[in-house]
Amino acid sequence: MADYRTPLARARGLGAAGNGSKHWIGQRVSALALLVLGLWFVWSLALHSGFDYDAAIAWVRRPHVAVTLLLTVAMGFYHMYLGLRVVIEDYVHQIALKSALLVMVFAGSCLMGVTAIVSVLRIFFGGSVDG
Amino acid sequence: MQERPLSPHIQIYKPQLTSALSIMHRMTGLLLSLGLMGMSLWLIALSTGEKPYALWLTIAGNILVRILLVVWTWSFYYHLCNGVRHLLWDSGHGLEISAVYRSGYLALGASVVLTGLTWLMLAAAG
Repeated sequence: MADYRTPLARARGLGAAGNGSKHWIGQRVSALALLVLGLWFVWSLALHSGFDYDAAIAWVRRPHVAVTLLLTVAMGFYHMYLGLRVVIEDYVHQIALKSALLVMVFAGSCLMGVTAIVSVLRIFFGGSVDG
Repeated sequence: MQERPLSPHIQIYKPQLTSALSIMHRMTGLLLSLGLMGMSLWLIALSTGEKPYALWLTIAGNILVRILLVVWTWSFYYHLCNGVRHLLWDSGHGLEISAVYRSGYLALGASVVLTGLTWLMLAAAG
């Protein structure tokens, strides 16, 4: 059967997806956010004297800590997802494996990120159970 | 994908600070992905209760995990310092080769110093 499609129509969809700048800007904006949030998290742990159960719970329950922790987790997983995606796209060229890995990274980031967020909320709203 | 000839690649070049720091940015990024999993597990354990949290503390107290925590701390600082280099380059600053080397040594040194300071604080806090 004759192909009536124009050369342009055949070429469409085979090249860049056209949303690279969104990824590029997202990576850098989340990097800026994590510059502050990451230092806050590491220094908070370093300066806090000891993290036994009660002290850790009390720390997370402070409103400004809970908010900043949630932002750190969200930005961290977003930045991680974008970074891992680039690594896979750079080194894995076999289309089936590449697609599978990209979906796994997306699913894993969502699952772990949401679970961590729910954990913070559970602690903040006092849902933790002893024992 | 069709097999096509490749131009000479990294294996024929002398290792340089620039390329070494670049690949280290990726490797520390991968390590930090694992670190984020560790941080999430910490939050999950804490939200689940006292016993799971005690288990997490026991695991974190293991000498091998302690070493991993130090490696993660260094990875964090290195990725952060080198990330600042990238942000400066993206804004068009420090792209002269002498500046690239200077900021590279600075990032490397700063990551080691900051890791040391952080663990000194942790040791002091107990």
